[in-house]
Amino acid sequence: MSAPATGLLDYLPALLGGAMIGLSATLLLLLSGRIAGISGILAGVLRLPGGGGRAGRWLGNALFLLGLLLGPWLYRLAAGDWPTVRIEASAGLLVVAGLLVGFGTRLGSGCTSGHGVCGLARLSPRSLAAVGLFLGAAVATVFLQRLVGG
Amino acid sequence: MAVLRLLAALGSGALFGLGLAVSGMVDPARVRGFLDVTGAWDPTLGFVLAGAVGVAFVGFRLVRGRERPLLEAAFELPTRRSIDRPLVAGALLFGVGWGLAGFCPGPAVAALSFAGPQVLLFVAAMLVGMLLHDRFAAPRLARSTHAPAGSS
Repeated sequence: MSAPATGLLDYLPALLGGAMIGLSATLLLLLSGRIAGISGILAGVLRLPGGGGRAGRWLGNALFLLGLLLGPWLYRLAAGDWPTVRIEASAGLLVVAGLLVGFGTRLGSGCTSGHGVCGLARLSPRSLAAVGLFLGAAVATVFLQRLVGG
Repeated sequence: MAVLRLLAALGSGALFGLGLAVSGMVDPARVRGFLDVTGAWDPTLGFVLAGAVGVAFVGFRLVRGRERPLLEAAFELPTRRSIDRPLVAGALLFGVGWGLAGFCPGPAVAALSFAGPQVLLFVAAMLVGMLLHDRFAAPRLARSTHAPAGSS
């Protein structure tokens, strides 16, 4: 790796933000006894309240998502500006990617948060396998895109 | 008690979203920079993952010493341990989508609140993908595999 001329301090926000994510997952487990998996929580909200599940559970999932939406606003309050979001994919590619992410995370029972953060922290063999596979597939996809796109 | 439960959900969600914003994880170009190992590799995401897993690793161990969570009657944790075909296929499909767009579910939802119509397009497609799985694929899988969940 040709390391860019930057100090470790440049990665402090990444480490700090990551720690907040880990703390959030710990709080959810401590308070509600549940795993902070965003794809599972989203799927829980897609099932309408009263449709077999408890209404309180649905509301809890919905409020977690509302909090997730509010996070960047808290960031803006503190930092004075929105976090950077640079989207390189075309509209068509975004749709294909979205379908794959939605279907894949449900079929594979989790995403970067459920398998990646919580699963690794629990040393779950399923999550270790899932993280290796989705990270490998993502790296291969970006590599192939570079080959094709030049 | 009910209000506390809802506040706990809202608060942990907000901390999660703030963490995604602070860490740079909401920026798909940065995510793809991490995945681009043969190009101008950007190690930032490795630090995000290290911070998140490190804190959760310690935190989960502290919490699991308790008999029950503070606001609910019991812990609700995944029990399956087998690495089966749906897990493998699902993780691979998710990885391809993640690589193509640079978005995974958490950052996409967080970015939805401020980042414009492209994010909405991605999230809408993602929700359709989830519904397609839950409505059509999951019932078929349940019929074709009779292995009880949690076995092996």
